[in-house]
Amino acid sequence: MSTLLAPGEVEVEEPRSRDRDEPELPWIVIVWNDPINLMSYVTLVFQKLFGYSHEHASKLMLQVHFEGKAVVSSGNREKAELDVSRLHAYGLWATMQQD
Amino acid sequence: MARQIRRTRRGEIQLRLPEGEQTLLRGVAASTRALLADGDDPALRRLFPPAYDDPELEQEYREMTGGQLAAGRERALQHLEATVDRKVLSEEDADMWLRALNDVRLVLGTRLDVTEDLDWDVRPQDPRAPELALYAYVSWIQEQLVAASA
Repeated sequence: MSTLLAPGEVEVEEPRSRDRDEPELPWIVIVWNDPINLMSYVTLVFQKLFGYSHEHASKLMLQVHFEGKAVVSSGNREKAELDVSRLHAYGLWATMQQD
Repeated sequence: MARQIRRTRRGEIQLRLPEGEQTLLRGVAASTRALLADGDDPALRRLFPPAYDDPELEQEYREMTGGQLAAGRERALQHLEATVDRKVLSEEDADMWLRALNDVRLVLGTRLDVTEDLDWDVRPQDPRAPELALYAYVSWIQEQLVAASA
């Protein structure tokens, strides 16, 4: 990204998003399809970790299975990281990125 | 085949594992735990997937969570080994079992390089046959425990 500077202005390095006071962009947590985890197990983990209904958890699991991935939760960086680490503890292939 | 794990009408998770199966599960959990302690096997990579694309953020994530995740895995596997002869599993036991069984499957499945259209029609002379049979057995136990936990 480029910045237009007025003459005499000094370019200041953009602080990293986690240091900024203003609200940061939300992070999304993605679960990716893998050939090992059982479909029934993935559904159960979504219910356990996020308190989703069986219906909603199944829908997400099927999205992972057929589309290769699904967004399962979102929030600030701290929350997303906690969710990812809980999914990792249950052996799911989860990553996070800024939306 | 009779189920080894089921939810009773009283709401308990009942466990009925023949001794041979107890020995098998204890053994496979212990060897997965030994692999974890060793920390070098490529089959372990699937147990610790990256959280971030960004290498710097990923490094931070590893430093913050890596030890805790490994310790949790070890505890769950150890708990499975210690409770494999129980008649009833509490909800906490079942949760530990689910994670331990899943880790066993992830390691076996990674080593066997399983795909979604895995061919179960294994010939006895296939060198992968014993591990595939073990993978199928652990999957069957896991499937029963998921059904009893849901």
